[in-house]
Amino acid sequence: MSDLQAQDFIRISATTLTPPTARNHEQEVAKLIDVSRCIGCKACQSACMEWNNLRPEVGHFEGSYDNPMDLEPSVWTLMRFAEWENEKGDLEWLIRKDGCMHCEDPGCLKACPAPGAIVQYANGIVDFISENCIGCGYCEKGCPFNIPRVSKVDHKSYKCTLCSDRVTVGLEPACVKACPTGAIMFGSKADMTEWAGERVDELKSRGFENAGLYDPPGVGGTHVMYVLQHADKPAIYAGLPEDPHISEFVGFWKGLIKPVALAGMAFTAAAAFLHWITVGPNTVDAEDDHHAEELIRSAKEKSA
Amino acid sequence: MNVNRRGFIKLTAAGLAASGMGALGFGHVGEALASSVRAFKLAAAKETRNTCTYCSVACGILIYSMGDRAKNAHSNIIHIEGDPDHPVNRGTLCPKGSALLDIVHAPTRLTAPRYRAAGAGEFKEVSWDFALDRIARLMKDDRDKNFIAKNKEGVTVNRWTSVGMLAASASSSETAFLTWKVARSLGMVVFDNQARV
Amino acid sequence: MTNTWQDIKNANVVIVMGGNAAEAHPCGFKWVIEAKIENGAKLVVVDPRFTRTASVADLYAPIRPGTDIAFLSGLIRYLLEKDKIQHDYVRAFTNAGLIAKEEFGFQDGLFTGYNEETHSYDKSSWDYELDDQGFAKVDDTWQHPRCVINLLRKHVDRYTPEMVSRITGTPQDKFLQVCELLATTSEPDKALTSLFALGWTQHSIGAQNIRTMAMVQLLLGNIGVAGGGMNALRGHSNIQGLTDIGLLSNQMPGYMTLPSDKEATFNDYMKTRQFTPLRPGQISYWQNYRKFFVSFQKSIYGKAASAENNWAYDWLPKLDLPMYDIIRAFEMMNKGEINGYICQGFNPLQAFPDRGKIRRGLRKLKFLVTMDPLDTETSRFWEDFGPQNPSDAAAIQTEVFQLPTNCFAEENGSLVNSARWLQWHWKAAEPPGQARSDIWIMAGIFRRLKELYQKEGGAFSDALMNLSWNYADPASPDPEELAKEMNGRTLADITDPTTGAATLKAGQLLDSFAQLKDDGTTVSGCWIFTGCFTEKGNQMARRETTDPRDQGIAPGWAWAWPANRRILYNRASADLAGKAWNPKKPIIEWNGERWVGIDVPDMPPTAAPSAGVGPFIMNAEGLGRLFARATMAEGPFPEHYEPLESPAENVLHPKVRSNPAARVFADDRESFGAASDFPYVATTYRLTEHFHYWTKHALINAILQPEEFVEIGEELAKEKGIAQADWVKVSSKRGDVVCKAYVTKRIKPLMVDGKPTHVIGCPIHWGFTGQARKGYGANTLTPSVGDANTQTPEFKAFLVNVAKSNGPEV
Repeated sequence: MSDLQAQDFIRISATTLTPPTARNHEQEVAKLIDVSRCIGCKACQSACMEWNNLRPEVGHFEGSYDNPMDLEPSVWTLMRFAEWENEKGDLEWLIRKDGCMHCEDPGCLKACPAPGAIVQYANGIVDFISENCIGCGYCEKGCPFNIPRVSKVDHKSYKCTLCSDRVTVGLEPACVKACPTGAIMFGSKADMTEWAGERVDELKSRGFENAGLYDPPGVGGTHVMYVLQHADKPAIYAGLPEDPHISEFVGFWKGLIKPVALAGMAFTAAAAFLHWITVGPNTVDAEDDHHAEELIRSAKEKSA
Repeated sequence: MNVNRRGFIKLTAAGLAASGMGALGFGHVGEALASSVRAFKLAAAKETRNTCTYCSVACGILIYSMGDRAKNAHSNIIHIEGDPDHPVNRGTLCPKGSALLDIVHAPTRLTAPRYRAAGAGEFKEVSWDFALDRIARLMKDDRDKNFIAKNKEGVTVNRWTSVGMLAASASSSETAFLTWKVARSLGMVVFDNQARV
Repeated sequence: MTNTWQDIKNANVVIVMGGNAAEAHPCGFKWVIEAKIENGAKLVVVDPRFTRTASVADLYAPIRPGTDIAFLSGLIRYLLEKDKIQHDYVRAFTNAGLIAKEEFGFQDGLFTGYNEETHSYDKSSWDYELDDQGFAKVDDTWQHPRCVINLLRKHVDRYTPEMVSRITGTPQDKFLQVCELLATTSEPDKALTSLFALGWTQHSIGAQNIRTMAMVQLLLGNIGVAGGGMNALRGHSNIQGLTDIGLLSNQMPGYMTLPSDKEATFNDYMKTRQFTPLRPGQISYWQNYRKFFVSFQKSIYGKAASAENNWAYDWLPKLDLPMYDIIRAFEMMNKGEINGYICQGFNPLQAFPDRGKIRRGLRKLKFLVTMDPLDTETSRFWEDFGPQNPSDAAAIQTEVFQLPTNCFAEENGSLVNSARWLQWHWKAAEPPGQARSDIWIMAGIFRRLKELYQKEGGAFSDALMNLSWNYADPASPDPEELAKEMNGRTLADITDPTTGAATLKAGQLLDSFAQLKDDGTTVSGCWIFTGCFTEKGNQMARRETTDPRDQGIAPGWAWAWPANRRILYNRASADLAGKAWNPKKPIIEWNGERWVGIDVPDMPPTAAPSAGVGPFIMNAEGLGRLFARATMAEGPFPEHYEPLESPAENVLHPKVRSNPAARVFADDRESFGAASDFPYVATTYRLTEHFHYWTKHALINAILQPEEFVEIGEELAKEKGIAQADWVKVSSKRGDVVCKAYVTKRIKPLMVDGKPTHVIGCPIHWGFTGQARKGYGANTLTPSVGDANTQTPEFKAFLVNVAKSNGPEV
């Protein structure tokens, strides 16, 4: 990874600017989360908060070890705990580190109407560029993993950056470095995939017949992958999607953006304005979607 | 070895600044991108080796502080992470160790000696001299009154049981040794540490 | 720890029982995961709760809190019955063949020599039969009915799998699976490591819990070998160091002990400490006690300690009791016998049993001094904080001093980790405001007292006046000066006996405790640390990461006591001929002339295997003890006794229910509850997100576990109508905690003697200062009684009741 001295963008939201292509040999990176060796200690959460200067509010005990209870603008990763009784009647405590999967085909980026608010680097990292974010919340809708969260304070969307600042200078992400048991590894996607294969074999030798790698093809694979003891049942890991896809709405939007490239900037401003005056900048609900759909319809009519 | 590794990081960070994201040429979008990618914050931070203060795994840690120890720079700790050279933790830290920064800068860190008089409803700040003079006076008065030089059988026992002390199990061995010397030279036997709790 | 953290990766089987390594020591636990992945190891967890350690275990067995000895005695019975012991090891390296005294016996729960009135034993029968030369008699054929292995066999015979399950509640099949797996390590080239912590110590039978597992490890041949050992995972960053330096009521640096009133003279004192060998040719290293002691007295009293005054023997305080431990201290405080208390980095209001009693005790003090970086509950015990700390400040006459100290990041110094490594650390910033080091504060108190005694005279002050204080800045001794003082110096030239050349000149730092003398020509503040700071420099600051054969020794990283030895008893890693039991992972081997290998031999380096020197050189017989002689309070063999508060009878001997040698103060006994009122077993523990009562002051950790709760099984919750995250009131005879309920599948009722027994888990971390939400503290509930040997409080097994609640009453 030491060749990552500057980031190359391969995708930029809501723009058709063509990224430079001369430097086309950057290795893709990946984070591998091996659930079978995770002890749920939350070192990753702690290191993430410390490195990224995030301090959500002190919450309450809510009936599980999940703290905070959910991802938030200032909670970029989170351990989710599930008490699961297996077929033999033995208890398994399945603990999954939740956070951005850094999809190869990122739904958030494709849904984003703000030029340059979401980018994908050549190494695979999907990053949010706050200056360009308009707080519309479409990234939340576009994400098949329910990850991004728009701040009620500054109306920007936030999620894990895969510590792009650390990776840029050749370091591993903060959560990876901290992880006491090596349940989180980081390296090239090729190396991580190979290592995952070894881990799956070892788990099978310990009786986990359905152990496997979670690198879902529906989003083109991910740059955060899981080794699961029960890869046939991802949902038991606190609702990990079985077969994630970008929603059809986003697919439509993506098809649209190319022909209306030049209108993009103006359109975005209009969308943001409408959004602001109708529901305020903070939330995305059915009404938002309705307005957006109307806008898209009118844009389509104009371009037709 | 580590100096080289850190030196490398500084070099790459400098290289990053020079190359500049704006140079990638995305027009105004590019400028926004360039200005918003978070800079690597440790590039010129001072690194100090230390040991995690919590459990007895004794993970190696690297403490990063602002300023290069120039006379006018007040060293302030900005980040703590694991020491990758340490044979036990190899750079990792647990959820407590990863948050050491927040104990160093806890809002409940004490910054001045405080004294609560008998029956008082609150603490008041006092000088070190006031606190230590008063403590020494209270200790001496009690010791002079209750020290047991000989037991009933006339055996020299030189013990003091009416003032006790608990010693800190996260303090250094050097602190511990000095504490032992002082406590025992006074004859203290009500003396314990956290070995049991 | 007998071994290193990284050495855990060499294990074939890891048992975590009496601890929760993944949560309490995550970064050390990585080596368990490494053992699993790189060495194919199996992880076994035995715990009342399905913990985060259990979440990565290959085998989990539940157990009722406080019944570990029954479980492990059943395991010993299994190993002996199935003949799964490492015979050559046991025969050569343990006292299995030594013959116990004829008078020794055990009946109806009591060993010979019990005194009902004093609740203690006359231990004279708990020993070996000696021959004319004073050596212990031995029968290597193990035919003699009173040889240790046969007595042990008889002793554990009662612990059948049925009996184990009846006492512990562990299902028989799970118990037998554990036995079977552990037994596989009786092969000479297989190792089991035992990782434990407060889950074993914090019982009225805590020390015996650990002994029982140590016996298992001896029988399996797992002590001294790579991937083996008894590994106490210690709590605080320097709790090992403070223990090594003797900051305990009855201790001196280097595991020497203070004299008792009975030892009126220096000669009396030495008689009971310089143990002579009990078998021919043994080392019995404590024979050198006088050298360590004289060098110590010379170190702290300088010229004032001389042969003429018996090295100032009388200046040390003598004890009229075994020790003034914390439980006794608060008993005395409640009775008005303690007037002043100094808490250096310690928060007893949160940490000690029976919080109500602690609070009442503190109120009776004339003065309280706290030295801490943080705003502790103890320093504010007098202040009203609502239901979590109700108080009428005006009625409390205690003067309180809250002294701010620096934290770890703001000092130089060394800490001793669990694996006995002395590691130096460096200062990164100044402490905030007027905070000062503990060294500066202790020096300040000392210098003021000395001045007062000089001016006013007063009680005996020779020790105070003559205390060595040769520091460049007497007001603020430098940590390096203190480290050198502990290491020690020679006061006269030391010459090589063969060449006559001076190896060390007078005044130079010593290299090794082997150089210590008992004639006053050497000084050393802590003999086991000798070698940590030599003329070659600060060995504790070494950072060489090389690790021969990648076996987890790293001998050039920092410095380990004793003598930079990383694995204790490593002579036992080799067979009788000096070849490694496990040829793939040798530690030291005999090369025909000397012991060589990757670690410093725990043996004279030229003592040939044929000389028959036992590997346990600190023991007078040189052997590992399956029979403890008179070293333990409640018996030379471990026996199952119920916790002081228990829902069950002792089915082995109903008349002797709990530890007969436990010391219980009358008022404390009054505050024990009965199962009829408090039907559920409670246990306290730590969560991985917090460190004791400190990290609630750290915002990130407060976020990660914000609020006090207890863990309750689904069955009990249903019975009591408690829903997830409801408020509940947990009560013991000593007090109530109102907090949230975590209803979980991870605690299941255990069938104990035919009755379902529910366990309630009480994490300890919340109080009324810091960033997290206010809590009552689990010690509100816990009983004030300790282990009979160490007085470690019984935090791990007591009785409570639980009911739904409306939350704290404000």
